[in-house]
Amino acid sequence: MTSGLDITGLCKSFGGIIVANNIDFTLRPGDRKALIGPNGAGKTTFANLITGFLAPSAGTLHLDGRNIINLKEAKRVKAGIAKTFQITTLFKRMSVRENIRLAILEREGKSFRWFAKDNGYSDIEEEIEQLLEQFSLQSSAADEVHELAYGRQRLVEMALTLALKPRILILDEPSAGVPASDSHIITDAIERLPEDLSVLIIEHDMNLVFKVARKIVVLVNGAILTEGTPGEIAGNQQVRDLYLGARHEH
Amino acid sequence: MDTAIRQNRPRHGLLTFRRLYLDLALIGAGIAAFFLFPDSLGFLTRVLIMIIMVLSLDLVLGYAGIATLGHAALFGSGAYAAGLFAVNFSADPLLGLAVGAVAGAVIAFVSGLILLRAQSLTLLMLSIAVAQILQEIASKERAITGGSDGLLGISMEPIFGIYAFDFVGQTGYWYALTVLTAVFVLLKIIVASPFGLAARGIHESAERMRAIGTPVYWRLVAIYTLAGGVAGIGGALSAQVTELVSLDALGFSLSAEALIMLILGGLGRLYGAIFGTVIFMTIHHLAASVDPFNWLFVIGALVLIVVYFLPEGFIGLPARARKLMRWSP
Repeated sequence: MTSGLDITGLCKSFGGIIVANNIDFTLRPGDRKALIGPNGAGKTTFANLITGFLAPSAGTLHLDGRNIINLKEAKRVKAGIAKTFQITTLFKRMSVRENIRLAILEREGKSFRWFAKDNGYSDIEEEIEQLLEQFSLQSSAADEVHELAYGRQRLVEMALTLALKPRILILDEPSAGVPASDSHIITDAIERLPEDLSVLIIEHDMNLVFKVARKIVVLVNGAILTEGTPGEIAGNQQVRDLYLGARHEH
Repeated sequence: MDTAIRQNRPRHGLLTFRRLYLDLALIGAGIAAFFLFPDSLGFLTRVLIMIIMVLSLDLVLGYAGIATLGHAALFGSGAYAAGLFAVNFSADPLLGLAVGAVAGAVIAFVSGLILLRAQSLTLLMLSIAVAQILQEIASKERAITGGSDGLLGISMEPIFGIYAFDFVGQTGYWYALTVLTAVFVLLKIIVASPFGLAARGIHESAERMRAIGTPVYWRLVAIYTLAGGVAGIGGALSAQVTELVSLDALGFSLSAEALIMLILGGLGRLYGAIFGTVIFMTIHHLAASVDPFNWLFVIGALVLIVVYFLPEGFIGLPARARKLMRWSP
């Protein structure tokens, strides 16, 4: 059995518009892959096809050899695929601690319990503290999320997602909206992710991509143009012309 | 780390000392009202019953964010079920309460399967439609429900075979207060549980809940079913205490008034349901005795004041007052 994510022939179209065109893609344990491409290339759509938010028109999707193409979004999370959103999506009127607690309770299958206190599980509370420490969020633990700066909200979202103990982690533009002065916080957080976790980063910030990715996949018009190491991608004339070149022109 | 965990008190937690005092004060007020207003026990009992209905609505709307204007469907189902059960099978009050709870929960589950696939305005309209359909059925099936004359002939046995319902309504009041207290304690436990936290999570962001693996639709159905059971208990209580079930128990007015009571009191805190119901029904009672035709004017003005100046409802008044006292020009 092959570990990790195996995608073959993934297609998606909205009416006549093709947004994912016969994509073959793999993500192995410990991978750090970045998905780049110009605006409208279909990066977020591709992520949504993996998470189950969108249903593909064709193709297969295997996780650790198991076909999960027919699983709904919530079931894919249970199977081990988790995602952070392009625009931070959190429980904003809840405290940071409650956000993480909710994710762990769900992961542990305890979120349907009616007669226990939500903070009554000491093992879960300890795990929350560890995650708060990992993302340097201890001082904000009791604050409601909407009270935090956007950069810290991004960290909360990463902590919450990691609380699900995923095997596949998709970070959709983790530095979007974060001031340049704070982007190192996100980079540091990504570098501290567990080594065996498979990470797919969708990102526009090339500094971040070249810093954390070991492989880069270039997506153009819903199809994979090329894949390679950061050095190979940086030296690829086609990529420079089609993507990096186009960026420089702006 | 232990210190951090000890500091970790949920904002909607169960039985913190302050809340315990408030709970005891509320129960004390309920007991005191019996002695202070012995001639108004019928009205006070109606208030207690309505609080149960509004607590149920708070669970649905305040905690889970399910917009509904058809909550009377669940209350009325409980009322008719308990009434019919008393007339045709057994007049035991507690058994009737259980029947009412089951009926409310079953109607909530079945209608919830359809309703909860919709959102916002569509959901609102569908919820009204469900209540209207049930009201129409109750109206047409005169042989069973009594139609527009109401379901008559309910005569309850004494509670536990000891406490008979009396003409003045003393037993009915204590019965309603006891059931309300039990429902309130139960709901306080549930909203402080992982299930309650998840309900709040769905209200905050259903998208994020799905992204952490929650089957949001089924969770909403579960919350709605639970609320149906609670509203059904309220309806059953109403049928037993008044010994009558009218079509109004399924009416739009009841749903709308329950919503206004909750907005007045404040959503998502349970206490708001209590204060909002007491304020609404007291003003209704007093204003309607002064001017039976234009009493809604007072309620309308009150809703406007709350929406503009107390968006969190009367339950947010102490916090607003503290904020104003701290403010200096």
